[in-house]
Amino acid sequence: MTKNIMIVGVGGQGSLLASKLLGHLLLSEGYDVKVSEVHGMSQRGGSVVTYVRFGDKVYSPVIDKGEADFIVSFEKLEAARYVEYLKEGGRIVVNTQEIDPMPVITGAVSYPENLIEKMEALGIQVDAMDCLSLAEEAGSAKAVNLVLMGRLSKYFDIPREKWEQAIRECVPEKFIELNLKAFALGLGE
Amino acid sequence: MKQLMLGNKAFARGLYEAGCSIVSSYPGTPSTEVTEEAAKYDEIYCEWAPNEKVAMEVAFGACLAGKRSFCGMKHVGLNVAADPLYTCSYTGVNAGMVICVADDPGMHSSQNEQDSRHHAIAAKVPMLEPSDSAEALLFAKKAFELSEEYDTPVIIKMCTRVAHSQSIVDTVDRVVPETKPYEKNIAKYVMMPGNAIKRHPFVEERTRKLIELANTGEFNRVEMGDTSLGIITSSTSYQYAKEVFGDKASILKLGMVNPLPDKLITDFAAKVDKLIVIEELDPIIEEHCKALGLTLNGKDLLPIEGEFSQNLIADKLGEEVPGFKSLGEALPGRPPVMCAGCPHRGMFYTLKKNKCTVLGDIGCYTLGAVAPLNSIEMTLCMGASISSIHGFNKALGAESEGKTVAVIGDSTFMHSGMTGLANIAYNQSNSTVIILDNSITGMTGHQQNPTTGYNIKGDPAGKIDLESLCRAMGFNRIAVVDPYDLAECDRVLKEELAAPEPSVIISRRPCALLKYVKHNPPLKVDENKCVGCKQCMNIGCPAISMKNGKAKIDTTLCVGCKVCSQLCKLNALQEQ
Repeated sequence: MTKNIMIVGVGGQGSLLASKLLGHLLLSEGYDVKVSEVHGMSQRGGSVVTYVRFGDKVYSPVIDKGEADFIVSFEKLEAARYVEYLKEGGRIVVNTQEIDPMPVITGAVSYPENLIEKMEALGIQVDAMDCLSLAEEAGSAKAVNLVLMGRLSKYFDIPREKWEQAIRECVPEKFIELNLKAFALGLGE
Repeated sequence: MKQLMLGNKAFARGLYEAGCSIVSSYPGTPSTEVTEEAAKYDEIYCEWAPNEKVAMEVAFGACLAGKRSFCGMKHVGLNVAADPLYTCSYTGVNAGMVICVADDPGMHSSQNEQDSRHHAIAAKVPMLEPSDSAEALLFAKKAFELSEEYDTPVIIKMCTRVAHSQSIVDTVDRVVPETKPYEKNIAKYVMMPGNAIKRHPFVEERTRKLIELANTGEFNRVEMGDTSLGIITSSTSYQYAKEVFGDKASILKLGMVNPLPDKLITDFAAKVDKLIVIEELDPIIEEHCKALGLTLNGKDLLPIEGEFSQNLIADKLGEEVPGFKSLGEALPGRPPVMCAGCPHRGMFYTLKKNKCTVLGDIGCYTLGAVAPLNSIEMTLCMGASISSIHGFNKALGAESEGKTVAVIGDSTFMHSGMTGLANIAYNQSNSTVIILDNSITGMTGHQQNPTTGYNIKGDPAGKIDLESLCRAMGFNRIAVVDPYDLAECDRVLKEELAAPEPSVIISRRPCALLKYVKHNPPLKVDENKCVGCKQCMNIGCPAISMKNGKAKIDTTLCVGCKVCSQLCKLNALQEQ
């Protein structure tokens, strides 16, 4: 059975490291893995999506509506944008940070309110946390990705040492401690 | 060693393992990483060429000299390189020559959704189409063998979902074939009519042999499952079909999409009750099957436009699709924007303020067409801004000359802008051309180009001086401005538009994302001075927003370019 993780956020937030880490980890666990990302235009502050799929045999590189076991979102509005991709019984892990998109910046529309509550009202399991503060506590605002990975790891039956090993193998040496700390903070320690 | 690898990186690995020695490409999403990754192997000579036509001719020259060569490009790039392609189909090769073309169904970062298979058909060259990273690696290697055995350039067609997906590959060592001695052969390599006439029958005979390979060779395979439904498919559509149908259908998976097999298809069709072709974009396999006299479904059920996915195929073919929950409210979009500190912003603000008609080009600066700058009014293809303004001004004369400009980036100018500029200099229209020189190829992710002074490896290289080039073409009026200086931009723009002869304005400042660019501290808003007039919002900077009636600066984004502070009459945007 193929499992699906969607990583969503705003271009430049660091979702590429999160998908690299997941791909590396899941491959070492012996799964067939596909990771799909879109480059180009989306890097310039646009909405970005990365798909991670794993199982015995994975065919399609993309995740479709109603298929995601997890949506990991770097930003609140982006979690809401992709809610239709969540599978029945799936879970959203979301950083509560708000980043205004251009239509909000120009004043054409306002940033939607109560998004977490609205998603919960649909019966969706939402695990919301202020990852930015935790990342800053770990030592860098850029470590939001590892805070999210720490929280996501709670829902996986993979030993913590394996996650930490994957972090050591995917992150430049001078940032390993910072990222391990961010991971631990995301885990709730 | 088994590893997870991006499709484009796997392609580059295939080039390496096949002993490819010379690579010349022009960047274009989603093809760029093939060449970037190839450049990481010291054994391969790699370069960014000024455009795809040059790249293909470089690769041709290298294969002629006896070394395996490669050139890569996006789908529209193959239009630029079509000229050499169609004729090197006639000459054939010496050592193997492989071309990557990456299509972009869904237009994630392209100006059209053209289907590159048409070029392979028209040029009569074989085209392979991998469906994942492992096949990208394998096909890159096999393509060289095919090229040498059949004396033809070989195209490998990627698409966004194969190019930019990671899947598992197995790698082996590099094997470099012996250099094939170059031998003078005027009849084969000089394509003047008398020789080309004799080469055309060779091309047709080659195609007949390639059809036989398509029928019996390793690129196309049948996966028999339930015979109530037979699917003919290729590329990423194969993955979607397998996902939806598993072994509930039989599949003919095509790895070679030109030329298409005949006997293999009719044999497969005879084994199944019902036949359907699943292919993105144009109905090329479908039309081929119909010409073979087969009855089948295809584009009557599936769209010509856009990308496919497993749910789209399931839905259109009557299979179950998963349900989902919906918020039921329209959310604000998040379109890509010019980055905070983008040097293009100041120039576009100036153009908007002067109510200019702006003919645009291909690059990050195409974002000058979106709100709130809403400046660019036309974007067609690489270089079209300069050629079009000449036509525009020839059509309208003085009515347009004083208020119309062409804007083009430094890399796009080197790609296809120079010839248009030569036309303005030669046929004399009073046109104003603005070169937005941010000292890099920005859009595709920071590739060097002939104006930057560095090569693909980041080592010092030849550097073309834009001012000297324009002067040599005969332009007398060449102005250089810093786009962070709005008053200067405004003064120079007005002056050049009013001038009675053609002029070039070089708007010069490096891309704010370049590593060597030093940023100033972020600005802050003096809330006692800010009255919420929103003047600073007119430049569409993602670092500025309005909160509680006052401007607010996102200090994680602001690079202190001070373009906004030049608009604030109350001096509320200040250095920290």
